[in-house]
Amino acid sequence: MKIKEIYIHIPFCVRKCGYCDFLSFQYNEETSEKYIDCLCNEILHAEIEDTEISTVFIGGGTPSVLGERDIERIMMTVSEHFLLSDDAEITIEVNPGTVTENKAKLYKQIGINRVSIGMQSSDDEMLKKLGRIHNKKQFLECYGRLRKAGIANLNVDVMSGLPGLTLEKYEETLKMVCELGPEHISAYSLIIEENTPFFELYNPDNGKKVSELPDEELERRQYERTGEILSMNGYHRYEISNYAKKGYECRHNTGYWRGVPYYGFGLGASSYIDGIRYSNVSLLDDYLKAGGIAKDTDSIIRLSKNDKMEEFMYLGLRMTEGISRKQFKNLFNEDIDDVFGKVINKYSALDLIMCEDDKIFLSERGIDVSNYIFSDFLM
Amino acid sequence: MADISRDKIRNFCIIAHIDHGKSTLADRIIEKTGTLTNREMQAQVLDNMELERERGITIKSQAVRIVYQAKDGEEYIFNLIDTPGHVDFNYEVSRSLAACDGAILVVDAAQGVEAQTLANVYLAMDHDLDVLPVINKIDLPSADPERVIEEIEDVIGIEAHDAPLISAKNGLNIEDVLEKIVTNIPAPSGDPEAPLQALIFDSLYDPYKGVIVFCRVKNGTVRPGMNVKMMATGAVENVVEVGYFGAGRFIACDELSAGMVGYITASIKNVKETTVGDTITDADHPCAEALPGYKKVNSMVYCGLYPADSAKYEDLRDALEKLQLNDASLNYEPETSIALGFGFRCGFLGLLHLEIIQERLEREYNLDLVTTAPGVIYKVYKTDGTMVELTNPSNLPDPSEIDYMEEPVVSAEVMVTTEFIGPIMELCQERRGRYLGMEYIESSRALLKYELPLNEIIYDFFDALKSRSRGYASFDYEMKGYEKSDLVKLDILINKEEVDALSFIVFAGSAYERGRKMCEKLKQEIPRQLFEIPIQAAVGSKVIARETVKAMRKDVLAKCYGGDISRKKKLLEKQKEGKKRMRQVGNVEIPQKAFMSVLKLDED
Repeated sequence: MKIKEIYIHIPFCVRKCGYCDFLSFQYNEETSEKYIDCLCNEILHAEIEDTEISTVFIGGGTPSVLGERDIERIMMTVSEHFLLSDDAEITIEVNPGTVTENKAKLYKQIGINRVSIGMQSSDDEMLKKLGRIHNKKQFLECYGRLRKAGIANLNVDVMSGLPGLTLEKYEETLKMVCELGPEHISAYSLIIEENTPFFELYNPDNGKKVSELPDEELERRQYERTGEILSMNGYHRYEISNYAKKGYECRHNTGYWRGVPYYGFGLGASSYIDGIRYSNVSLLDDYLKAGGIAKDTDSIIRLSKNDKMEEFMYLGLRMTEGISRKQFKNLFNEDIDDVFGKVINKYSALDLIMCEDDKIFLSERGIDVSNYIFSDFLM
Repeated sequence: MADISRDKIRNFCIIAHIDHGKSTLADRIIEKTGTLTNREMQAQVLDNMELERERGITIKSQAVRIVYQAKDGEEYIFNLIDTPGHVDFNYEVSRSLAACDGAILVVDAAQGVEAQTLANVYLAMDHDLDVLPVINKIDLPSADPERVIEEIEDVIGIEAHDAPLISAKNGLNIEDVLEKIVTNIPAPSGDPEAPLQALIFDSLYDPYKGVIVFCRVKNGTVRPGMNVKMMATGAVENVVEVGYFGAGRFIACDELSAGMVGYITASIKNVKETTVGDTITDADHPCAEALPGYKKVNSMVYCGLYPADSAKYEDLRDALEKLQLNDASLNYEPETSIALGFGFRCGFLGLLHLEIIQERLEREYNLDLVTTAPGVIYKVYKTDGTMVELTNPSNLPDPSEIDYMEEPVVSAEVMVTTEFIGPIMELCQERRGRYLGMEYIESSRALLKYELPLNEIIYDFFDALKSRSRGYASFDYEMKGYEKSDLVKLDILINKEEVDALSFIVFAGSAYERGRKMCEKLKQEIPRQLFEIPIQAAVGSKVIARETVKAMRKDVLAKCYGGDISRKKKLLEKQKEGKKRMRQVGNVEIPQKAFMSVLKLDED
């Protein structure tokens, strides 16, 4: 398959949030300058194929901490080196506290047509607890600036399961977002990751402050309300944590779940090219020293046919539309029932996997326990 | 070596209550006599097994020959045989004692005489051994040798006034002990010219030499080339090598004559030809009669051992066969369980013995095991007048066929400081103990005597005893016999299906309590699954306790983008591994450790 997607990682933030385990550091101009030199160098050294790139995603960290010049430079480099299709989806992730009017205008100017806003909650107290740098007012300003600048495809991130989050407050957040009407909403349940301040504070195993996290009942209720409220407002769930108005599903992310090859540029970024998955090094110094050409050799995994078939299942089934039997046959020249029939039957008997004509997908209950199901697809 | 005179040989063992310093004294004796250089010396030389060193206990008897230059100017040969201290291993002790002429009794200068001190001394006296008391740990601040000497004289009734006062740890006064061995332990008797009579007290399998037989020659002489006969099995073998025990190695010699302790090899491949306790004699000039063997010990505790990976069944059988050679008190026979597949019902001397065997199988033979709840042997008297010995609860006949049942009862002695008499009596009452009496050993300590059903002490009685006496109580028991009892079979149903491996026999009056605890414990051990799982305890068709493992509500990774895919796969692999360690019972996955959790029901 041809490479159609590009991911660009910006590992800088104004400040790291308490729950975040992504690769990012505190922003400073000097380091970021060097970083962008390396990043552009890496992009320019990528082997190109004679296909059009259909999605670019600038993620982080917080790409919006970068100055206008920097973002422009990155986009220029990409479009000089690669052939972007006319209708390419070009996304940038932003923190509401860092988007000035000028930045918003610039994004539009340089071809960015989708902005993903890390709002998380509309409750200021909650935002403080999460360690976010913005408040509700700043989010609304940011949202308005982006719309005014003409960005017609916006995503807003919201989080449930937060410490101290009541059902009422969570519903307020959802309702406020729905009133604004972004094209796309990502709704995540908080995951307490290791090596984060939240892990120290809330990890159930160290017995501290656990009570602040919603209990299972409340956490599940918030999760259920997400689906209910969003669907009432015209958003359909197309993946475990993603909701969109019709036609606005994120093409870039959908590519990941469909096994589309992609380039990943920047610190720690992952690529999937010619059946090989690998990442760049994740130590900033190493990346800078190597001028951006720094694969982490330990991360290289050449996928076997079995690996690819497994991924086809456990990534594809993340999407509510599921997977296609025909496509499986086309890709692997094998009948899906010959390979996974036993697992499919086991879970369809429990109404966790549904089969309709060509399609195989998870039921709502199946999505809730998807890891349990997916692990059975490993051969 | 052939011309050692018998009066220069001393065959002895060291007996003691656990932790009184038996192995440390053995180390010092070996060190002082220069059997090993300091560099070869490793703490607790005789505890060969990794497990013995780790737990600080002796499981297997070990022997070593030592040469000692005594103050009378003569050279003496000491054969030191180390013995286990724990009551579960009394059988091993008994075997070793038969090879000795005397015993050093080590008593802790602070703790004094304990239950196992008594038990071991009585064993030694049964074997007509002379007992040489030694007071150890006199370096402890709490040491009170005067009191302990008095105690030995009063309680045991042996002369202790000139007992060496030593610190084995610091190497203090070890020479006194060595001299006393020369003067107080008798030289072996026996006639080297008489027909051969040698007692097998242990054996070991060596892949090159075949079975290595440990023996004590009582009469006659054994040399390589001789044809010897095992009197019990009738097997005749040609002796290839004889020798004695260096520290940690075998040293070949020309002959073993009356009074000597050593080993024989004869290319014996079949383990079953040499049973411990048998007498070896000269096939051409046999002795008139065999030496009195050991009373065959009967297993007291039974449980099922299953390989975690069912493909390892054959490996488990081989391992058990090899262990049995070295541990005659282990019994096993094949059995099958619906839940666990193919395995073995194994008999042990006690719970510690069970644990030790389990650990040895896991470590020395690299096996992953699932153990079922231990039980004792019940006698089931049926209405048709027959009696069945029940070792596996699943084989209990239908209640309509049962007239009555009997369970094994032990006589137990608990030595305890007076402040803990109350809590210990309470514990014994809880465990259906019948109070027999109490003797004050001195003003601060007492010996409590109880009759206890064996099935009440095989689980966690030791632990409970220790925790209720802050470690000060010590305990010993011996089988008394069988008594009629009101017993029922408690079944566990998981998702409405009976799990045979979790069934056990219990006193009817305790069924409710145990059933409830089992359900609670299993609830903790069984992870949530896709559906709700009822866990029930039942006697017959009557459910007496119930818990529910709620259905799993959420097992989902919210985010999975480009950079997460490799990590996600690792998580799923881990999850899959976890599933592999489960046993499928019906459509419920039960972790293997759940089957063992029932061992520890009384932990809070």
